[in-house]
Amino acid sequence: MAEIMTMPKLGFDMAEGTLINWVKKEGEEVKKGDLLAEIETDKATVEVESLYDGTVRKLLVSAGSIVPVNEAIAVIGGADEEIDFDALDTGGAEEETAPTPAETTPTEMVVEKVVETPVAPTQTNGSLPAGVRVSPLARKMAKDNQIDLLRVTGSGPQGRIIKADIKKYIASPPTTTGSGPSLRMPSLAAADLGPIPADVHVPLTRLRQAIGRRMMGSKQEFPHFYVTSDLDMAPVMAMRKEYNGLLADSGEKLSVNDFIVKAAALALRQFPNLNASLAEKEVVQHGHVNIGVAVSVPNGLMTVVSQDADRKNIRQISIEVKEKAARARSGKVQPDDVEGSTFSISNLGMFDVDHFIAIINPPEAAILAVGSAAQMPVVVDGELTVGWRMKATVSVDHRVSDGAEAAQFMQALAGYIENPLSLVL
Amino acid sequence: MAAITVRQAISDAMREEMERDEDVFILGEEVGVWGGTFAVTRGFYDQFGPERVMDTPIAESAIIGAAIGAAMTGLRPIAELMTINFAFSAMDHIVNEAPKLHYMFGGQFKVPMVIRAPGGGGRQLGATHSQTPDAIFAHFPGLKVVAPGTPADHKGLLKAAIRSDDPVLFIEHATLYQWRGEVPDGDYVVPIGKSKVQRPGTDVTLVSYSRGLQLSMQAADELAKQGISAEVVDLRTLRPLDMDPIIESFKKTNRAVVVEEGWKSYGVGSEVVSRIYEEAFDYADAPVKRVAQKEVPLPYNQKLEQLAMPQVADVIQAVKEVL
Amino acid sequence: MNKQELLEVYRQMVMIRRLEERAAELYQQGKIGGFLHLYIGQEAVSTGLVAARQPQDRMITAYRDHGVAINVGISAKEVIAELLGKATGVSKGKGGSMHMADTEKNFFGGHAIVGAHLPIASGMALGDKYKKKDTVTICMFGDGATNIGYFHEGVNLSKVWDLPVLWVCENNQYGMGTTVERASAVSEIRQKAEGYGIPNERVDGMDVLAVHEATEKALKHIRAGKGPYFLEIMTYRYRGHSMGDPERYRDADEIKQWQESDPIGVFHAYLIENKKATKKALDEIEAQVEAEVEEAVEFAENSPDPAPEELFRDIYVEEN
Repeated sequence: MAEIMTMPKLGFDMAEGTLINWVKKEGEEVKKGDLLAEIETDKATVEVESLYDGTVRKLLVSAGSIVPVNEAIAVIGGADEEIDFDALDTGGAEEETAPTPAETTPTEMVVEKVVETPVAPTQTNGSLPAGVRVSPLARKMAKDNQIDLLRVTGSGPQGRIIKADIKKYIASPPTTTGSGPSLRMPSLAAADLGPIPADVHVPLTRLRQAIGRRMMGSKQEFPHFYVTSDLDMAPVMAMRKEYNGLLADSGEKLSVNDFIVKAAALALRQFPNLNASLAEKEVVQHGHVNIGVAVSVPNGLMTVVSQDADRKNIRQISIEVKEKAARARSGKVQPDDVEGSTFSISNLGMFDVDHFIAIINPPEAAILAVGSAAQMPVVVDGELTVGWRMKATVSVDHRVSDGAEAAQFMQALAGYIENPLSLVL
Repeated sequence: MAAITVRQAISDAMREEMERDEDVFILGEEVGVWGGTFAVTRGFYDQFGPERVMDTPIAESAIIGAAIGAAMTGLRPIAELMTINFAFSAMDHIVNEAPKLHYMFGGQFKVPMVIRAPGGGGRQLGATHSQTPDAIFAHFPGLKVVAPGTPADHKGLLKAAIRSDDPVLFIEHATLYQWRGEVPDGDYVVPIGKSKVQRPGTDVTLVSYSRGLQLSMQAADELAKQGISAEVVDLRTLRPLDMDPIIESFKKTNRAVVVEEGWKSYGVGSEVVSRIYEEAFDYADAPVKRVAQKEVPLPYNQKLEQLAMPQVADVIQAVKEVL
Repeated sequence: MNKQELLEVYRQMVMIRRLEERAAELYQQGKIGGFLHLYIGQEAVSTGLVAARQPQDRMITAYRDHGVAINVGISAKEVIAELLGKATGVSKGKGGSMHMADTEKNFFGGHAIVGAHLPIASGMALGDKYKKKDTVTICMFGDGATNIGYFHEGVNLSKVWDLPVLWVCENNQYGMGTTVERASAVSEIRQKAEGYGIPNERVDGMDVLAVHEATEKALKHIRAGKGPYFLEIMTYRYRGHSMGDPERYRDADEIKQWQESDPIGVFHAYLIENKKATKKALDEIEAQVEAEVEEAVEFAENSPDPAPEELFRDIYVEEN
């Protein structure tokens, strides 16, 4: 019995996919679970496994084609089985031989797999972590110097980060980090560094194009407004310290952001309008509270999703986000990692920012921009003292909600943050 | 200090020890009247007589077994195997008797003997006569395995081996006999079990011994011209293996290439690399590489043979791969 | 041999037998590990050899070595303690049944690789010749060892260099379970010595006096500087090759037949008949041996295991 393989739906908002590469050829035997093809969505490159045992009798689309979800891509049947291909219900889709740029649909998200480094021949095995290559020495030096390896560029074979890279980083960390190190006086010899380099033309990657399209769409179509609050972080900082002490043996470490994810999720339960999407003539208030967390990846950013964060405890959220972020950074993201967020958080706290505002991630209705938690002079009961403060700004689609509601949301958020026991009860 | 060949260094060491100690004697195939197939014992027969320079039948078990027995009675025999390839005919005595006797009988016996065994390829002797099976022998606790590179170390270590109360396999490389170098005058003894930095450097550590040392030194010269400073560490003794200078060097350079003439699989390099990772993993800035013989029996044809054997260019290439 | 010497020979043979019978029990109780090769039936061979040697003469044998150990004067305590792997054993518990030796008593072991100790024996004889000592090396081995290369290399060398070595083949009819006829081109082993031009003799190994006499003669030849000598001593082991031998290669009648000329029984009869000893005196010896063996077992069982640090001791004379 001939079976039809269709373009799989790899997430609730996926409409189509590009068939990048056929792994099996016509006439090849295939087992259920065998790798059949690689498909690219705007979010990720995904391996498609055969759902059937048999022989690949016909490939219905050629590599490079863009195929709508659920349309037939291949026929699998017995090796000698007589198949009337015309009679098969292949969804009527004509083969699209000339790839055209994918249309940006409102349901797309600004994420995509980024293929950066040449991968070893085992690349068809999706379970092998490619990861960032670091020499043991560089790893140790980074640890000793508290350097985030993701911010170091590797110059060794296959992009391996080596001792020289760490030393270079220590000597002059990228200015974007803003953390610590002093201003470096330009060397006088710099004047003799040869001719001014020519302009470099860097083609936009798919990811950058997608980010550009989506952010432009959001900024142009969504009337943004912003509400900023100053949150007292002292209770969260204290609780986090205590929890991390308890977790020291397990190697887990909760971040400030994990608490914010949980607090936002709980606050959103109270304010369904901010956990919503605008569709045609109605506001869809989502049943799920899925928090997207923006993660910077090489050449762009992706949003990894903690599904139903309101129902998870902080440790679960922490582990989930960490794993998904790692996959995002290594280009091994799975559909579930990036699909279905209903509200997003962008946290630049690790970069010592006071505060910033974020562009809404369509089709969501709001996004929270989080700055650094920092110690600063505060007035408590008329006394000047040292406190922990963090600024957060929510950007909201005015078509869906208004300032007062957003402000109340921020109050609710502050309520959870400033009474963190409420996050764990 | 005089520049002499490895051959002369070995010869001097034995002559001096035989003059110093009446209990030292030589036995082996063609060591006497012939003067040694590599001419290492030329003149010994005339100087010391047939009682102390004993020609044996072509019977390796008899040679090594008799050396063990004589050593157990208190003599200090130097048994010469014409080549290390013939050691396999005396394998039981080399690995299963000599290294076991002291331990197995609770320390009652001493086996103060030396087995001299030249080996190595590059002389178109074909597969059975060209091997570098050093790692096999270094596998056995109780045996000391010495494999020097420089003329000075040949002399100093052979003297130490002759004076040692333990059985020592002293591995020579037939293509090194002509290597000329400075050897300190007088009673020069080098302790067994001490690796040595033969050439200081900063960028990469070359670990080697015997013929591999020569390749490494030549590679280091070549690399220096290209602005790469290689530190060359000479194992000198394969068992007991002294890793200290290697680890020290590796902590400085963070990169290493191990050079040996034997096959790569299960070789000396395998051991050294493992120990580097065990003892200095956090200092590795690149994977440690091995340069060794291709995994084939050595062919007779000169071009093929050279193709199979590690060359200076291989060392240089490996260094570039780890830099 | 004078009366006292004859009684000592008797005592040694009885000691070997009682000690080994007790060892077999200890083995079955799981107190002895590894291999246990019993010498029972062959006692006259090592006893006759050692009785005839000068104190400086060197003994070296194969893995069936308890007999020589007793003959050269290692105490029952040290032997049983070694069998039990104790620190008080003759090899400090690190050798076991097959590896007993005592340098002070000129016993050079206990070697477990068939035939491998023959070239070593040549080497020891070479050492003595080199030092011009009046010392002979007595090297014992089984009939099975004469089929391996080491035998030929070692024996040939001894003749080439005319070394003071007495080769003693204990022909107990079987190399493990294979008869001499099935394994050796010549069933008369001494012919192999003949092939190397070494004077030789076949001796009744169930008669300790015959062994003693043949040994004295051989040693005299060697001490005269005439080179090696070769004895083929016909004997029989009553027990299996080692513990747990299914013994499918022979039947009980064959063993019984040999036991009729049991070396201890034969010698006992000789002593009584020739009025060299009274039955009472021999009974006393047996009782004394019995007690000594029991004491040795108690000593061994109460002895400590080797300390863990012994593990790394004596690998080299010169520790690095």
